[in-house]
Amino acid sequence: MRRPSASLLLMAPGLGWLALFLVVPAVIVFLLAFFQRGIYGGIDYLFTLENFERAIDPLYLSILWQSALVAGQATLIALLIGYPAAYAIARAGPRWQAVLLVLVMLPFWSNFLIRTYAWIVLLNRKGIINESLLSWGLTNEPLALLYNQGAVVTGLVYNYLPFVVLAVYASLARMDRSLLEASEDLGAPAWRSFLRITLPLSLPGVAAGAIFVFVLSIGNFITPDLLGGGRIQMVGNLIYDQFLTARDWPFGAALSMALIAIMLLLLFGQALLVRRASARRAEA
Amino acid sequence: MVKKLTFSAAIAVGCLLSAAPLAAETLVVGNWDGYMPPDLLENFAKEQGIEVEFTPHATNEEIMGKFMTNRGEGYDVVFLSSPFAQALNKLGLVAELDHAMIPNLANYYEEARALPHDPGNRYSAPYSWGTTGLCYREDLVEGTPDSWNDLLDPSPANKGKVTMLQTDRWLMQPALFMLGYSVNETDPEKLAEARDLLIKAKEGLLAYDDTTFYSKLVSGEAVLVQGWDGWCNYGIAETDQIKFILPKEGADLWVDTMIIPAASENKELAHAFIDYVLRPDVHSWVASNILYKVPNEAAMAEVDPALIETFPNLGMTPEELMKLELVEDLGEGQRAFTRSVQEVLSAN
Repeated sequence: MRRPSASLLLMAPGLGWLALFLVVPAVIVFLLAFFQRGIYGGIDYLFTLENFERAIDPLYLSILWQSALVAGQATLIALLIGYPAAYAIARAGPRWQAVLLVLVMLPFWSNFLIRTYAWIVLLNRKGIINESLLSWGLTNEPLALLYNQGAVVTGLVYNYLPFVVLAVYASLARMDRSLLEASEDLGAPAWRSFLRITLPLSLPGVAAGAIFVFVLSIGNFITPDLLGGGRIQMVGNLIYDQFLTARDWPFGAALSMALIAIMLLLLFGQALLVRRASARRAEA
Repeated sequence: MVKKLTFSAAIAVGCLLSAAPLAAETLVVGNWDGYMPPDLLENFAKEQGIEVEFTPHATNEEIMGKFMTNRGEGYDVVFLSSPFAQALNKLGLVAELDHAMIPNLANYYEEARALPHDPGNRYSAPYSWGTTGLCYREDLVEGTPDSWNDLLDPSPANKGKVTMLQTDRWLMQPALFMLGYSVNETDPEKLAEARDLLIKAKEGLLAYDDTTFYSKLVSGEAVLVQGWDGWCNYGIAETDQIKFILPKEGADLWVDTMIIPAASENKELAHAFIDYVLRPDVHSWVASNILYKVPNEAAMAEVDPALIETFPNLGMTPEELMKLELVEDLGEGQRAFTRSVQEVLSAN
């Protein structure tokens, strides 16, 4: 009987933290979505569903779609780069693994904004890449590398790539090597072993990494602002503008709720995928 | 999203903490970072024998957010632009100024005492004023810019090398002026016209930029930008090839003001601080330091003429400024305005 109370005690600080800083603000935002903006930007505490009606206006849906597109591109590219990297790390010797994993996490030691500004230094019209290309005679005109969707996707991939590598690595490292040996003994070529064994078993890691990148990307508003030069409007910028520029907190809250709902659906889907995968593993 | 929610929670808790009663003799001043001489607060504290605490904000919107959550409690003097002061006043969150406690109000230009948002300076004391125009690299730009159209429809040589402001009221200005409409326009049809013009202008645009446009001019990455007069001066300080011009179609008048929140518990000291800022020697030091015009006749008379020669827009007279249209709070019109801005920003 002592066990549950002990674990409850151990979880209390974490749960308390979450309740105070995640659940309470989320509830406040949720409630705000049902009120009206005052004429001068305050909140009139009159019940309304209008904010949700406004949220499904084609204008805002198109911004949401645009954000999903950008986040989707970032996710796909991060997976294509991150999976082989994770695969290589998982196959490296134990000592190398430790070194490589530290290298993957190294960018987190510096500030997010500084890393984003570094991309501006690299990509702008007078930046390092353009100046180098010009001086080597590879281009005659500076290329438009910055302030477009490509720059935003680049920034998102760069920032969130470690999440993919770590998530995929975690699932690959847990894999039972004897499965591969058995497959080899039975005469399967390496590519078939990969497709039939490694890839399916690493799918939960792939899903977790993809969700990380997608969810963090779709809500990001700093990268589109800095690397997109404000020309790319994502739902994060939209919410930011509603809260700050328009001083329309209720509408900003309704948009936030819509975004949270989408993210919860994705997380739910991922959980389902993991459960199916582990069920399959149990069968095997 | 998780990050953002915890962030707003942190703000909420921060507000709770800052709402705790402060020692009576501590003055809390909220201003944009870098928008007053670094020694100004220190000197005032020394003169009065009190403590001064500085709380910087990055934007008007940020300080408005704080007022929305805790009615400005914890602040004694706040610097913000006139339309925001106007909105806070309508919400009843601003204290009335006691003129007997601010004798230096007498130093204001006559024009600064009759500004449309607050005639007679009942609740706001103008700190600086100016306009928004074109800031450009004389040596790099093709032609001599003199119209908002140079920004909206740049010549082939200038294409992709111009930036515009992103903050909603300023984002719409080039188009509103080009069409001959008011900066405070809220008519949906007129806003739609302006919107279409701005969406077309995105083709020739390098980026929207509110904060680093003058650096882009200095590096040559941009050759022509929409910018505030004082910020253009920061570019001029680095290269004299940068010039500022008011487009022929017109421009806005903006006024940054000092207000005392109704919730302030140090109103006497707050009045003393405003009076101190308006002292000719202090306010002229402000103008020379931040390179913005101040609405203080006695202070402007003390500004070094050589400085005005280097930064010509410092020399704009109140008569010239009064020909421009003041940016005012839009009230219920804000929603339609923001929607047009969103349409511009999200267009591809």
